[in-house]
Amino acid sequence: MKFAIQVNEGPYNHEASVSALNFVRAAVEAGHEIFRVFFYHDGVNNGTRYTTPPQDDINLVNAWSELAEKHSMDLVVCVAAAQRRGIVDEGEQERNGKDGNNIAAGFRISGLGQLIEAGIQSDRLVVFGD
Amino acid sequence: MSTLHTVNKSPFDRNSLETCLRLAGKGHSVLLLEDGVYGAMKSSTASGMVEKAMSDVTVYVLGPDMKARGVDESKIIDGIKVVDYKGFVDLTVNNDKVNAWL
Amino acid sequence: MSDIKKFMYVNRKPPYGTIYAWESLEVVLIGAAFEQDVTLAFVDDGVYQLAKGQDTSELGIKNFSPTYSALGDYDVNKIYVEKESLEARGLTIDDLMDLKYEDEDDDWAEKDSIHVVPAAELAEILENQDVVFSF
Repeated sequence: MKFAIQVNEGPYNHEASVSALNFVRAAVEAGHEIFRVFFYHDGVNNGTRYTTPPQDDINLVNAWSELAEKHSMDLVVCVAAAQRRGIVDEGEQERNGKDGNNIAAGFRISGLGQLIEAGIQSDRLVVFGD
Repeated sequence: MSTLHTVNKSPFDRNSLETCLRLAGKGHSVLLLEDGVYGAMKSSTASGMVEKAMSDVTVYVLGPDMKARGVDESKIIDGIKVVDYKGFVDLTVNNDKVNAWL
Repeated sequence: MSDIKKFMYVNRKPPYGTIYAWESLEVVLIGAAFEQDVTLAFVDDGVYQLAKGQDTSELGIKNFSPTYSALGDYDVNKIYVEKESLEARGLTIDDLMDLKYEDEDDDWAEKDSIHVVPAAELAEILENQDVVFSF
């Protein structure tokens, strides 16, 4: 089966990101395809490379980046939600005149159309949020 | 068509479990995860609502979230099935769609 | 090949206290361009999103409630409000915005987009959807 995953909350504040990560890992292990993971609302905060969580706890951003690399997984951060919350890639930095960018490896910033497309193209949409 | 409903909040915090059970169809499945696992516990003021719904829907609870919270299997309502993440994935495959009550 | 799916957007949170109401509306608007079969459901505190007379001027934040009136122009005209949720809050349909659309299959006659339905009927509507978005 092809899965679309929607993550509505950021790392650590809510369990949503952890639940989504664990679900995605289990789905991949069972042989399913993850069409896209779409980060919306505060979920965009999973896409910053500037987190420094304590050493004895999960590094959620890195966990997502590693998953993306290992399985060529499409992790999309919603551009509108990202602009509101300050998640920036090089393109957004230039477009909006910012003095830096913070997007984490494996994530890309794109429009809400990516979520809709995922809903259309996938067999199942699973949403994790508050 | 059968739906997998997910509930991730405690029935003492939000009304998502109550609303889910009101709008779930006969034969549907309900998975309690994250803080929603507290809705699986017996002898609470929410237990009656869940037990009543179980004549129409099948209720599951996510084991890893129970364990994290120190909720022992002996403390949950009889008939609620404990699943792991593999079971969660299977539930999404075996139902036609997922409806997350956030 | 027809890819048309039945998309359901479930709204259960009130406006302004959190961003979910507004950001979910943004998904609906963008989604309209993809020409799927769209239905919106307002349940629990979500019914407050449709309350008329919203005025955010003293908060200094954007009043996005006029956007609901544009839904008809985006071919989003199946809007269901749960009767039990309205009644629990002491509200009637008269407390809600008057959302309309023009039915192209009926000589562009102006019709109501909002339907107040009991839980049992909403449960059936939910059952018939293909994809459910939650916020």
